[in-house]
Formats: sequence, C-alpha cells, structure tokens
Amino acid sequence: MSDASEHVVETVAALAALQGFELRPESRAVVAEHLDIAAKMAAYLMNFPLPDEAEPAPVFAP
Amino acid sequence: MSAPVDTLGAAETAAAVRSGALSARDAVVACLARIAALDPRLNAFTSVYATRAIARAEAIDARRARGETLGPLAGAPFAVKNLFDIEGSPTLAGSKINRERTPASSDATLVQRLEAADAVLVGALNMGEYAYDFTGENQHYGASRNPHDPEHMSGGSSGGSGTAVAAGMVPLALSSDTNGSIRVPSSFCGLFGLKPTYGRLSRAGTFPFVASLDHLGPMARSTADLALAYDAMQGADARDHAQARRPAEPVFAELDKGIASLRVARAGGYFASGGHPDCFAAVAHVARALGASKEVEIPEARRARAAAYLITMAEGAALHAERLAARAGDFDIETRDRLIAGTMGPGHWVARAQKFRLWYRDAVAKLFEEVDIVLAPATPTRAPRLGQKTMVLDGVEMSARANIGIFTQPISFIGLPVVAAPVWTGGERLPIGVQIIAAPWREDLALRVARQLERDGIVAAPVAAM
Repeated sequence: MSDASEHVVETVAALAALQGFELRPESRAVVAEHLDIAAKMAAYLMNFPLPDEAEPAPVFAP
Repeated sequence: MSAPVDTLGAAETAAAVRSGALSARDAVVACLARIAALDPRLNAFTSVYATRAIARAEAIDARRARGETLGPLAGAPFAVKNLFDIEGSPTLAGSKINRERTPASSDATLVQRLEAADAVLVGALNMGEYAYDFTGENQHYGASRNPHDPEHMSGGSSGGSGTAVAAGMVPLALSSDTNGSIRVPSSFCGLFGLKPTYGRLSRAGTFPFVASLDHLGPMARSTADLALAYDAMQGADARDHAQARRPAEPVFAELDKGIASLRVARAGGYFASGGHPDCFAAVAHVARALGASKEVEIPEARRARAAAYLITMAEGAALHAERLAARAGDFDIETRDRLIAGTMGPGHWVARAQKFRLWYRDAVAKLFEEVDIVLAPATPTRAPRLGQKTMVLDGVEMSARANIGIFTQPISFIGLPVVAAPVWTGGERLPIGVQIIAAPWREDLALRVARQLERDGIVAAPVAAM
C-alpha cells in the first residue's frame, strides 16, 4: 500500500470514530481502498469545468 | 402452444389461458413444479408462494368460467426481486438484517399492476445485498447461478431474476436497476431486459438503494413479454415522489412498426474500448444487422460513470448509516466496506456530481437530435466464473465487481431507456448483451429495434438447456 493510502487508512479510522462507527481492524484497509477509488473518481469529476450557475439535477417539487 | 407448458412465455400462456386451451391453474402448477425441480441447483428463489399463486390462478379460471374477459397477462407466472414488497413477508433486499422488518402490509405497486392484468406472482428472487452488486453473489443466501453454465455468475444485482427467467422457471421477472442491475444479468443470462426512463414506473413498495438513480423494470425471454408487462405497469402513482407526471404511453401495439425510419448508431469512444473483444463483436453483430454504420460519441461518459459512482456511494451510505453503525457484522462483507466508505466522502463530491449530471443530460440530448438509437455493450465480458475477483480487460487486471457496470452506469446516470438484448456469437456457451439506448421516454423505439432483431434471429433468449 502506498503512503497516500496509509494516510487514507488513518483518515478512515478517524472518520469512523467521528460517526460513532466501530470500524473493525480488518475493514480499515478495505474501506480505505474504496475511499481511495472514490477520491480518484472525484478528482476526475472535479476536473471538469462547470459554470457557477450550473444547477444540480434533482429539483424539489413543493 | 409452441413449447411445453412449463417454459411458455407470458404472452403465449396468456393467449392459451384466455382461449381456454390452458387453465391458469395448470400454468401455475407447471411453473411451481419446474421451480421445485431446478431451483435447488440454481438458487434463484428465496421464497415461493405456492398457496397464494394457486388461489390466484383458480380465481382467474373461475372468472373465465363466468364469462369475464381476462387481462393481457392471464395466468402468466412471474416472480420479483426480493426488494419488492409482498404482503405478509418482510422485504429482504438481499440482506440478513431485513429479515427482522415488519412484514409488508401490501404488495408493491408494480406487483399489484401485474396482478391486475391477471399475471400470477409465484415467488421472490435472490439478489445482491441491498442491490449494491453486479455479480449475483450473496453471502447470506448463496449465489444465484447462471443456468447456461452454473459455475458462472448470473450477474447482479438482480441475479435471481436472471437465473429464474433463463432457466424457464418463470417467463417474467421484475427487477431494479440503479447502475445496471437489470442490464447486467440480462447480458450474463441471455435475456431481454427493459430499464425504462427514470421516473416512468412507480417504485412505491420497494426497498430503495439510490433514490436519484433507482429504476424498476421487467426481464423476459421475448420483447412481446417485456412490452406486455411494461404496459401493464405504467400509470401514475402518488406514492412515488420521483415519478414523472406523464400519461401512460403503451408500446405493445407499436412493436411491429419496423425500424426503416430510425437512425441507429454505435457508441464509439468510451464504449468502444476497455472491454473484452466479445462485447464489441456483439455490438458489431447487431449494428451490421441494422445497417448502422454511423458512430457517435457520448460525451464525457467516463466522467458520468465517476459521478454515478459517487452518488451511489453517498446515497447508499445515507440509507444504511445507522445499520452500519449498529450491526456492521450482519452485512455481506462485499457490501459493507463500500457502504462504510460512502459515509466518508466530502459532501461537495455529490453536489458536484448532481450538477455534472444536468450538464451531461443536456449534452446527450443534443446527440439524440442526430440519432434515434445508440448501441453499446451491456457488459465488458461474458459472465465471469462464480467467486472470480478480478478480470483482465485491455491487458489490465482489475476488480470484476467494480468494473462489470462500466458500460451501463453512464446510461442510467441520466435515466435513458434501454433494452438489453442477448447475442450469441462464435458458438459460445454464454451470451453477452447489447444495450439499445433511446432518448428519454422513447422506450417504444428501443423495443421496436429489439423486436426487429429478435424477428431476424440476430438476438435471442432461449431457455437454458438443463
């Protein structure tokens, strides 16, 4: 596992504690791996320019 | 009747029952016998409702005896992915935890509608836990097996639906599709599957996964059965907040209108790389038959997949956060750690994904000004072996579970209607599907194309040789 991923493992443990999860030791690396994949997806998504005026897709219907 | 009673299609069963050539009771009893014979090997069903089904069938026969006109699905057996409410049973959604849910007080809207058309519910079907799955495997209930080769995956998350219909246990199954869960098992098990436009069919009375992306639809062995079931299920339902305010637009009578006037193209770019050559050969096979030489590029499909992935993680996590905190050990391990990761992403990822979704919708809408139908692979490979963790695509080894949906996710992300159609090439034992994608609300066009291909023998969904 890379240094970055080790950092994500620590982050995952901290975020679990923040939410009151008891994250089993054997889950930490797997959860970190999933979050790492999501972070890469997010970075790719964020890289796409959208104007400030862009509206989100869901619309609340009162 | 062209086939033994126990493997008739829904339309054929209904025609026989309406004419009096077959009783609904005999149709249902034959179906139950086939389930009893095959399911121990294939594991499609988590519950069979024999008493309810026979009572329902007898009531249909009694109505016919009184001279009443029967519905378009008279006596046709069907089963539902076990995230549909069935009165008197807890709605499992593939989980162990949900066994403790209060039994449903009524059937899901779509179950009610199929039964209003005189179809007969016979059982609930296995699925990946909480629908977060592309394999059809399940730690609590076992894998639903592919009837064309039981050592291979049925596909998920509607694995039991794929297994049951391909094995001829039922002619029709109802399933859900958030990122590909109708189209993937249709591809792996060699079936026709319809994922309608987002907001078309009511989701009331089903256990959700990702409200932004959840769709429901039918899987069957013929386009006629898809269309009959789809027509029976359309219509407004105030119980689904996300349902579009549109009138029903029946398609069955449209099926044979042909495709001469339709502009059909293949999706290039993202959809023409990153898969096994078999999936591209399947698309080429269909495109050739349709004379579709034009290639179009669906813009930013890779980013659309990323955005769908992030929304799925976050909304899935929001749905299950309390259960994850209280009883993580009761989750399927393959589901649990992805859901936990979903609780940890920054909120702005999802907000951005929802903004990108509108941009992408508009960009793809422009594409549909030039074409009526776009063809793309349904899955990057034929069904992997059960338990297979990785697959090699374009020389790169990658997680099978995370990548089976690469071609379905960018399409459901903006709710486009799709018919998955099964292709058999090169004498292979396992099929592979092609997505026939139309503009929003044009299910009729996708079904017309699938129908033409079916008639010409280009695609087919045979009952597996058991």
